[in-house]
Amino acid sequence: MDLHVTDLAVARGGLTVLEGVGFSLLPGRALVLRGPNGIGKTTLLRTIAGLQPAVAGSISAGAEAIAYAAHADGLKATLTVTENLAFWAAIYGTDQVGPALEQMNLVELRDRQAANLSAGQKRRLGLARLLVTGRPVWVLDEPTVSLDLASVALFGDVMRGHLARGGSALIATHIDLGLEADVLELGPYRAQIGAGNGGAFDAAFGEDFA
Amino acid sequence: MIALLIRDMRLAMRAGGGFGLGLAFFLLVAVLVPLGVGPESATLAKIAPGILWVGALLACLLSLDRLFALDFEDGSLDLLVTAPIPLEGVVAIKALAHWAVTGLPLTLVAPVLGILLNLPDAGFYWLVVSLLLGTPALSMIGAFGAALTVGLKRGGLLLSLLVLPLYVPTLIFGAEVVKRGAEGMATSTPLALLAAITAGASALLPFAAAAAIRINLR
Amino acid sequence: MSLWEYANPQKFMQLSRRVLPFVAAASVLCLLGGLAWGFFGTPDDYKQGSTVKIIYLHVPAAMMAINAWVMMLAASLVWLIRRHHVSALAAKAAAPVGLTFTLIALATGALWGQPMWGTWWAWDPRLTSFLILALFYLGYMALWQAVDDPDTAADLTGVLCIVGSVFALLSRYAVNFWNQGLHQGASLSLDKEENVADVFWFPLLVCIAGFVLLFLTLVLLRTRTEIRSRRLNALLARERMG
Repeated sequence: MDLHVTDLAVARGGLTVLEGVGFSLLPGRALVLRGPNGIGKTTLLRTIAGLQPAVAGSISAGAEAIAYAAHADGLKATLTVTENLAFWAAIYGTDQVGPALEQMNLVELRDRQAANLSAGQKRRLGLARLLVTGRPVWVLDEPTVSLDLASVALFGDVMRGHLARGGSALIATHIDLGLEADVLELGPYRAQIGAGNGGAFDAAFGEDFA
Repeated sequence: MIALLIRDMRLAMRAGGGFGLGLAFFLLVAVLVPLGVGPESATLAKIAPGILWVGALLACLLSLDRLFALDFEDGSLDLLVTAPIPLEGVVAIKALAHWAVTGLPLTLVAPVLGILLNLPDAGFYWLVVSLLLGTPALSMIGAFGAALTVGLKRGGLLLSLLVLPLYVPTLIFGAEVVKRGAEGMATSTPLALLAAITAGASALLPFAAAAAIRINLR
Repeated sequence: MSLWEYANPQKFMQLSRRVLPFVAAASVLCLLGGLAWGFFGTPDDYKQGSTVKIIYLHVPAAMMAINAWVMMLAASLVWLIRRHHVSALAAKAAAPVGLTFTLIALATGALWGQPMWGTWWAWDPRLTSFLILALFYLGYMALWQAVDDPDTAADLTGVLCIVGSVFALLSRYAVNFWNQGLHQGASLSLDKEENVADVFWFPLLVCIAGFVLLFLTLVLLRTRTEIRSRRLNALLARERMG
């Protein structure tokens, strides 16, 4: 599944933060987004995942191809590890939680309630969800937050496996996952602050204030 | 879809899910009202249909603010929106789960509270029927209100302000069914109208609620 | 030239600046003239005495209380379908005005009901409906206030307005079903025998025109304020970014 993004502009809180973003992500490839805090990495990823509308431009892959993972893992504290994962597997119609538990090294924790997991273990469970979605394009927002070095390496292996199976990944991260990945610097796409920035409402006023 | 229904019901039943809260609240209303208005059986019999319906309605309202807010806070809502089931279906299923853990138990215990409030014998059957037909509308309308206020910091109070006026027709027809039933009058008109509200709300409000969630998430 | 051109905020500001003084003046003239005519130029009713004269406030306020909601519904639909900001802000501006008219109708109704029915308040269907309408206005305004992002607030209140309209209508019928009331029938339908006599009818028409113009004046004024404050926020945001 190819992901082509053309001339994309995204807005946060009514202000356009990035514009003219364009890239292609082919099967088996990973693309890392880089840029300072606040430049709009999360906004861009949410737009591509279909959680908010784009201001302009087009995204070729449908939302059905994309599995999205953000800062929050979507875990329920009173459900066990297996129950949490099985729920998402059922939602995506895959029903296979065993391999995902193994790959993210969660087998021993399978019957523990999510409330009793450490932050890193929760994160691993959150990432295991990606494996049960069965979707080809992973859109990841800071996936390694609260992971220790061993877990980062583990996740790197999972990523390589995903790419080897023909999947692709779009990642916002500052950490080297040990992947062979292209890098997209977002700095040049920062939106110009100008007359049209606030959308149609402010554009109508031009530069003067009636 | 069924997985979502099971998960929501399981979450409600587990510790901290608030399953018993609505029921306990309903019981408290039925105990406090006689303490407030006095023990005369005739008075209680007269107001019992209204009190039971208002009590059920408030008990239903109690757990609404958690309906989407919890999923919003832990990120599940983002993931559900990007999942392969339509958001309208998610809303309808979550409303159904809410009904199964609040409206349905309320309906089942209502006859017991009817005894406490000296509800006339003829009213019991209609009490259960009207709650069974009416409480799904309460959950669905409430889901719409919860969708509007998801992500707001002080959503709970606002939710009541938004949802209670929307509850007016359901309450009127529901209480009317019980009142008429208790007095031995024909109940078919308000019962049909009550069923119509439930059917209409279940058919149309999922779309409005899903639209509100999409707006709130962007 | 199409009507939609005035959905452009700047065009709206220019037009409303020119129109506003005339609308305001016409509203003052109609209200003063109509109320003076009604209070001093009409005979007392043979049954109700001089209390009937509160009709010149009560009926127009009640009519505008409902019309304001209808206008909000129309404006919300325009916003949701065509995304004209002025429309959303006009709906926001109309809500407190509509609520005030609702409260005026309720208060004058209580003042009128006391001598006529012997009570300030009765759970009559019309009175109850207006009380419920006031609650709808409150919820609508509270939602506007609770949401920070202006476009999100406009979208959510728009959805609430549509759903609320359906339920307000349902409530009206439910309340009718629930209690047959004391309130007299409509006094102004065009085809009924029992319409108020012409002596009362003409000053009442002037008062209604006055209330419509007053509503227009207030909504224009408030919409202008909303546009300015929205513009101000945008400029402040740009300053922070720059």
